[in-house]
This record gives sequence, structure tokens and C-alpha cells, in this order.
Amino acid sequence: MDFLAELVIAFFLVVSGVFGFVGSFGLIKLRETMQRLHAPTKATTLGVGGVLIASMLYFLLIEGSLSFHELLITLFLFLTAPIVAHFIAKTFIQANIRPSDVPPTGGEHGWSMYNDPPSDRREE
Amino acid sequence: MIEAALTFAFGCYGLGLLFNLWRITRGPDVADRILALDTMVINVIALLILYGIWHGTAVYYEASMLVAMVGFVSTVAYCRFVLRGDIIE
Repeated sequence: MDFLAELVIAFFLVVSGVFGFVGSFGLIKLRETMQRLHAPTKATTLGVGGVLIASMLYFLLIEGSLSFHELLITLFLFLTAPIVAHFIAKTFIQANIRPSDVPPTGGEHGWSMYNDPPSDRREE
Repeated sequence: MIEAALTFAFGCYGLGLLFNLWRITRGPDVADRILALDTMVINVIALLILYGIWHGTAVYYEASMLVAMVGFVSTVAYCRFVLRGDIIE
């Protein structure tokens, strides 16, 4: 039982290390900025998730104390990762892509990067 | 066995931090540098939790939670500053 617990914890630690390494390696391997956005925001979050699962299992199976702090960190990271990716993509678009490069939106409002937000209906 | 796996994970995240530093110095665009800084924050969170497992204490969760929150706020502040020239309008 003890050996099995150590095996599972070591498995999660190795998996998370590989994912974290791949996430940071993709940051220097991929060529375009928008491609580089793909690697860290996915793989590193999975890597941290693996570390947190390993930590929960370690304190539950080896130390014998149950803790839910790790789930809070996982939840926070999973909530903020898409927001951060969206902000970084907007920063890149604002600096490198002109309004003539993007297709028309097909709606009554333009792109949020280049046009003012639509005014509130209650003011009309 | 856990010690060996911990050493492996420490090495992986340390190498990842070096890669992020390389991208911060070389990054052709501001977005690259902000992305590399955000990845550094996430790698440091993982390193803190690994350090907690290594010493068998639960002290480092609060520290990693604080690092996660400060990292998120600082990334958003960087992006807001580049986008609008101001952080809180």
C-alpha cells in the first residue's frame, strides 16, 4: 500500500514536470507570437495541476492529513488562465495588426479593438 | 522514489524558468515578454508547492496562493498599461 501510494505520487510528479517543461520549451520553440500563446497557457496550467494533485495525495496518503488548499489554487489558476491569454492576445493585436487586416464583423458593431463600444440603449 | 521524482520535477521547472528568461530577453514583441513573465509566475507556483512537498510542511500553500493572485493582477496590469496607457481609468 505504501509502495503503491509512492508510485502514484511519483507518477503525478513526473507527469507535471514533463508538462511544465514542454510548456516552457514551446515558448522558445514556436515561431510566431500567436503560436507561442498556445504552449504556456495550456501545458503549464496542466503541469501545476499535476503538482497540486501530487501534493494532495502526498499529504493524504503519507502524512495522513486531508487538505483542500490545493483545489483553491487549481480553481484560481483555471479561472485566470483564459483571461490572461485573452489580454495578451489583445496586446499583440493592438500592436501588430491594423484595422485593414481584419475581416468585417458582419454585425452592426465593429471590432472592439478599433471601434468605440456601442452606447447604452437607455441614453437614447 | 518520491525524492527522485521531486528532483526530476525541480529540474524540469528550473530549466523552464531559464527558457522563460531567454524569451524575456529575446522576445521581439511586448506580448512575448508579458507571456514569458506570466509563465515564470506559474513555474514559480509549481516550484513553491514542490518545495512544500520536499519539506513535508503545509506552510507554502498560502505563499503560492499569494503568488498566483499577485501574478494574475500584475499580468493584467501590464496588458492594461500597454493597451490603454493607464491601468485604472
